[in-house]
Amino acid sequence: MTSAAPRVEFPHEPGTVPQPHRGAAWRGLLIPLGFLAPALLLLGIWMVYPTIATMWRSLFSDRGDAFVGIENYKRLFTDDLIFESIKNNALWVLIIPAAVTAVGLVFAVLVERVRWSVAFKIAVFMPLAVSLFAVGVIWRIMYQQDPERGAINAAFAGARGFVAEEGVLSRAQPSTEMLQGSPAQGFTFRRAVAPGAVAPLGLTAIRAPEIPEEAKDAVLPGPLENGITGVVWRDFSPRGGTTGKVDPGELGIPGATVELRDERGKKLDSTRTAEDGTFAFAEVPEGATAVAVGQGTFAAPFKGVNWLGDKLITPAIMFSYIWVTAGFAMVIIGAGLAAIPRDVLEAARTDGGTEWQIFRRVTVPLLAPVLTVVFVTQIIGVLKIFDLVLAIAPGSSVDDASTLAYVMWQRSFSGQNLFGLGAAISTFLLLLFIPFLIVNIRRFRADTK
Amino acid sequence: MATAAIDRAQPVVIEEGLAPKILRALGRAPVHLVLILIGLFWLIPTTGLFVTSLLTASDQAQGGWWNFFAKPSTWTFENYRRMFDNEGIVDALLRTAQITIGATVLPILVAALAAYALAWIEFPGRDWLFLAVVGLLLVPIQMALIPIFSLYNRFNLFDTIPGLILFHTAFALPFAIFLLRNFFAGIPKDLMEAARIDGASEIRLFFKVVLPLGLPAIASLAIFQVLFVWNDLLIGLVLAQNNQPIAPHLASQLRQFGSNLDVLAPASFFSAVIPLIVFAAFQRYFVQGLLAGSVK
Repeated sequence: MTSAAPRVEFPHEPGTVPQPHRGAAWRGLLIPLGFLAPALLLLGIWMVYPTIATMWRSLFSDRGDAFVGIENYKRLFTDDLIFESIKNNALWVLIIPAAVTAVGLVFAVLVERVRWSVAFKIAVFMPLAVSLFAVGVIWRIMYQQDPERGAINAAFAGARGFVAEEGVLSRAQPSTEMLQGSPAQGFTFRRAVAPGAVAPLGLTAIRAPEIPEEAKDAVLPGPLENGITGVVWRDFSPRGGTTGKVDPGELGIPGATVELRDERGKKLDSTRTAEDGTFAFAEVPEGATAVAVGQGTFAAPFKGVNWLGDKLITPAIMFSYIWVTAGFAMVIIGAGLAAIPRDVLEAARTDGGTEWQIFRRVTVPLLAPVLTVVFVTQIIGVLKIFDLVLAIAPGSSVDDASTLAYVMWQRSFSGQNLFGLGAAISTFLLLLFIPFLIVNIRRFRADTK
Repeated sequence: MATAAIDRAQPVVIEEGLAPKILRALGRAPVHLVLILIGLFWLIPTTGLFVTSLLTASDQAQGGWWNFFAKPSTWTFENYRRMFDNEGIVDALLRTAQITIGATVLPILVAALAAYALAWIEFPGRDWLFLAVVGLLLVPIQMALIPIFSLYNRFNLFDTIPGLILFHTAFALPFAIFLLRNFFAGIPKDLMEAARIDGASEIRLFFKVVLPLGLPAIASLAIFQVLFVWNDLLIGLVLAQNNQPIAPHLASQLRQFGSNLDVLAPASFFSAVIPLIVFAAFQRYFVQGLLAGSVK
């Protein structure tokens, strides 16, 4: 009856000032009830009843015909896929909230320093408006394994091509015992070389289609006064010929890597062969004693990282999740940053603090409440992660990416109808939220008091 | 935020020579460069989907979309034209629109009524009721799926638009009530009391005073809800089968990923464009709502 006191002074309608007591109490409840009824009805049927029903259901068998006690909860830890999901969820909680908060913080701090911050914010924020399903399709296109298709692997291939190109051959063997080694180490010419030497480096067991089209008949070059020359060729001709000799009709191997090595096999210089397989080092670096067909000749082509395979699928999904949520963290933290009093930062600067010191000692501590909000929001979001798992992981690796929200759907609704188990997974998920619930309510009560 | 910007602008008024200005600009060059690279990187994936959606199936098979990025002559809207001929997809899009409108208007109306009562009408147990609503904020959707699935099957709500609207509405209520109650509570007391003295009924007060004043909060709430409902996958997947909204409808196409990119890419992009437009048009409210919802 707390409402009675103020209502005497401010009656609802002027015409009804002298209200009878019983009517006032009745009206006092009826009006708020009228306002609240639709919400209470919806919340009651669609949230409160199902929550209780799910907890109750989790104590029954999958078909719902037998009481099984905590049997379903035991299955959480004995069903391999569910256990894998719990592990994955733990990984998500350990990595993602921290990563998203850190990325958001860095973006927010950086973007504060430029004038075109709005453009940047829109670019980073945009994924948040796209459905997680579309995000899944977007990243499946990005993650395709073939470097000709998937942009991520294409970027990797590009970066690799910068360092080491694909070799001209996939495999070969030396044609004589003058060469020794393997494709992985390269083939070293056994005779010590000195300026003026000519090295015939014959290879066999080459697959004919691998020989480049521009290859010409091999020639044994003449010696160079201060350098080393030679030829890398396919020491094989259908009409016979002598092994170890460059016979007419035998093709040179263009584009093979040839190296000068010291006694310990260290590479000192390298060059590529010409169309007829010849190569020449105009000068010989000190200590060079051997010439070799380098392993670069046999470098395997980059086939692409299998991002969507069983090993990398969870990190791949996590990365795309960061792509989605970084904008959220950036905006929230940015607002916190804007609220920091400028004079505090100015004071720190006049005291001679470096930018990094100010960031560590002033900005971050002042932002702590906002960072906590982002962090906690992310934990809650990550515990519910479902769409991205379904949309990014292909059927072959979806089990390795599974999370609690996913496995609950998979066990109950993808045709398996394991409702007892599904109810137990849901209840387990709810239990994980209880700590946040308590924090929320505490904070809220502190707010209202 | 505006005041913060003004505060920040003031120290710069000190006269500055050209040389220090250039030096400072150079010192910031790395920041600009890093931000440009990050910004571009953030745009690449969505661009990839867009360009892919514009390529014929044979071009898609030929190589990565970036090969065609600089060749607009290879772009075609053929995939989109065929998408609009695809009854399954068009129906799913229309259904999603209906569900989104219903599941945005209804929860806002219901939540606003409840929030008004919680903010401005005194009745016993009011604070406890609000606390219970705050508690419901964290109940995951999974908690309701199994019982509601049975309930819907029994009452013929499974695979129907009203069924999906009602589910979305209920799960939107805790946050909506929470946000609106806090917003309504900020309306000056004098204003409310003056209106009450003038003899306005609670209903009049709600429609004539509180609702118009609450528009900014309602706008951000509406944007959130549009995005959430339009983008939903889980609820549509569980509570509908032959009449699914767009995301669950497309999810069944994922199994043949690669061979059907000419169907999947335009449909995914188109389904993403609608929320992007909403986001672009109401960006300000979106950010405000985000701040109100999480900082509070």
